[in-house]
Amino acid sequence: MFIIKYKKIFISISVVLVALSLLSLFVFGFNVGIDFKGGALTEVVYKTERPAQDILDKSLASLGFGSVLLQPTGDFGYIVKTRDLSDSEHTTLLQTLSLNNNNPLTEMSFNSVGPTVGQELTRKAILAIILISLAIICFIAFAFRKVSKPVSSWRYGLIAIITLLHDVAIPVGLFVILSHYYGAELDTLFVVAVLTILGLSVSDTIVIFDRIRENLRNQNTIAKINFGEIVGKSLEQSYVRSICTSLTVILVLLALFFFGPVSTRYFALMLTAGMFFGTYSSIFLASPLLVLVEEWQKKK
Amino acid sequence: MWKKIVLALIILVLGGGIALFVFKSEPRLNKNFSTTYSFLKNHPFRLGLDLSGGSHLIYKADISAVPAGQVGDSMNALRDVIERRINLFGVSEPVVQVQHGGFVSGATGEQLIVDLPGVTDVKQAIEMIGQTPLLEFKTEAPAGTPQNATVDKNGKVTVDASPQFVSTELTGRYLQKATLEFDTNTREPKVSLQFNDVGTKLFAEITKNNVGKMVAIYLDGAPISTPVVREEIPNGQAVISGSFTPTEAKLLVGRLNSGALPVPITLLSTQTIGAILGESAVNAGVKAAIIGFLLVALFLILLYRLPGLIATVSLCIFISIILALFKLMPVTLTAAGIAGFIISIGIAVDANVLIFERIKEELRSGRSIHDSISAGFSRAWFSIRDSNISNFITAVILFWFGTSLIKGFALTLGLGVIISMFSAITITRIFLGAFSFIGEGKVARFLFNSGLSK
Repeated sequence: MFIIKYKKIFISISVVLVALSLLSLFVFGFNVGIDFKGGALTEVVYKTERPAQDILDKSLASLGFGSVLLQPTGDFGYIVKTRDLSDSEHTTLLQTLSLNNNNPLTEMSFNSVGPTVGQELTRKAILAIILISLAIICFIAFAFRKVSKPVSSWRYGLIAIITLLHDVAIPVGLFVILSHYYGAELDTLFVVAVLTILGLSVSDTIVIFDRIRENLRNQNTIAKINFGEIVGKSLEQSYVRSICTSLTVILVLLALFFFGPVSTRYFALMLTAGMFFGTYSSIFLASPLLVLVEEWQKKK
Repeated sequence: MWKKIVLALIILVLGGGIALFVFKSEPRLNKNFSTTYSFLKNHPFRLGLDLSGGSHLIYKADISAVPAGQVGDSMNALRDVIERRINLFGVSEPVVQVQHGGFVSGATGEQLIVDLPGVTDVKQAIEMIGQTPLLEFKTEAPAGTPQNATVDKNGKVTVDASPQFVSTELTGRYLQKATLEFDTNTREPKVSLQFNDVGTKLFAEITKNNVGKMVAIYLDGAPISTPVVREEIPNGQAVISGSFTPTEAKLLVGRLNSGALPVPITLLSTQTIGAILGESAVNAGVKAAIIGFLLVALFLILLYRLPGLIATVSLCIFISIILALFKLMPVTLTAAGIAGFIISIGIAVDANVLIFERIKEELRSGRSIHDSISAGFSRAWFSIRDSNISNFITAVILFWFGTSLIKGFALTLGLGVIISMFSAITITRIFLGAFSFIGEGKVARFLFNSGLSK
């Protein structure tokens, strides 16, 4: 199997992609949304004509809400970002935006998150990420408990986890770049996307590892087995189904991205990337790594 | 053999029945929905705030004055009071939840979460929740108390009535219940009050000491009625017969009965979604789901021919079951929830793909169609189980931790994973079994082979 033969090349590609993702993460940083840092987001649509931005900017600045960010949306709308607003401040804001009711508008949405709620959610998100990672590690260890030759079961788990990190890192890097250029914000859905990728990607790796497990069991009678060959054979047998199972999910995700609600657009995109690289990594990263580990073991 | 076909038909009919229920119980899809059975009427999809429009409010409860053992009780009392207040305003299906502080929930202190579907005027919503009716009873001040009279520019004299009355101990706290009544002669609405034991004693004392004098009833700091006491009232019953409209009287009764908040609350965060935004999100979600389904169906049929078609039928039954569960449980659908459902359509056929690939492989190794099918199902099972478990773990933890937004996603995804195990394995297997009559001929082998013959 050419993948096993050129394993170092494929592993290098993954390493480069992950490095680029991490680099963009450090260069651009996260654009944290109000879900986590607190603040208010008001979306309004004017009924007839949208007032010019500099006029609104001036009157908004005099409200004393600190920095107010005004973003045009659609043909008649603005999204206004401020610190979190109380009920009366919210009314004042709407009053100002409508130029004292001279330019009627409809408020499409208003979202004000107090700083404590944001901190809480951050804590929750971090806990969820830790717990899900732990649960998946335990699950992998359990699933591969019976396979120990020639590579011991915990190494399968370790490689599955490395693959997992790879699958998460690349979509995150992609998201950071998107948020830098298109203003996507790190919100609750982002965290959900990361966690879902964890689940989806590991299931894909398991399909291929399962095949290796089965082939190893069947070949047990032969005294000398070439591990690389078995992995290659397993890959050959299972890459079509691995791609197909991911493809069905990617198809629905693309439908969600192109036709679905605006609020889940970036979510769908991240998951698509996660699915894509999850499949890529289970074929081009996890299995080559497995062979590489076995080769190192032999050298010792 | 006939048994298998009959079983397959039964499942088809059952699936069709579920699909019919989903279709018939949806107001948008039926023209004369109002004339339908009440069972169908009571099960529309329940849309979350981001889809139906509405307000989501998070309050922090100040429990510093509450003894440690009674926090739970007073939070429940708080929830009840707020629920009663919201119900007064006729909001359909409001959700009021208490979120206790703690390690798992991640909440700092006790919180109250209020969801008000359809209420897009936050100001009104906040007022509706925050208003505490303050009912006070005051007696005439002793004669000789200086009165505040002010003369304005036009020479008009205003006498401030408030110093005329002095507060008593009796307030709305001692109220047992308030009821709306109509005066038998004038047909005017009046509010009758019944005090509890302490209130009855206080009221008896006040009336006894003030026979022939006025007792003022103040609501929210303003006098609404100043009747003259004729005799001592020992039974704790009072009547407010201000000049109310029936609606005002009814509202006052509701407010008095809902009582004061047991613990003070402060607003932490608000979220309002306009109805238009929600509606476009629903339409987009439905569109994405239909297109996603069609893509998957096309993919399955092109790639797996007859088994692919069967898997598509199973997928239809899967979708019907899931949608029926959304209605019956009921699951509150959010944009993220719809995303979870759409993703579960893609995951649902994973098992089918694994099984069909295995069947193809067995066919290629020279087995008969019948043997290949049973080998395909039994050998693919371990991969299916393992890969579904990991998705299920994610869904469970997300559900356990999540805010309402995440919960919606986790619930739809988790349900999808469980139901798909059933639909993709059991239902597909029964259908494939029913096709055993097509035998082992060339046509049959073609139908069972892959579109991408290799």
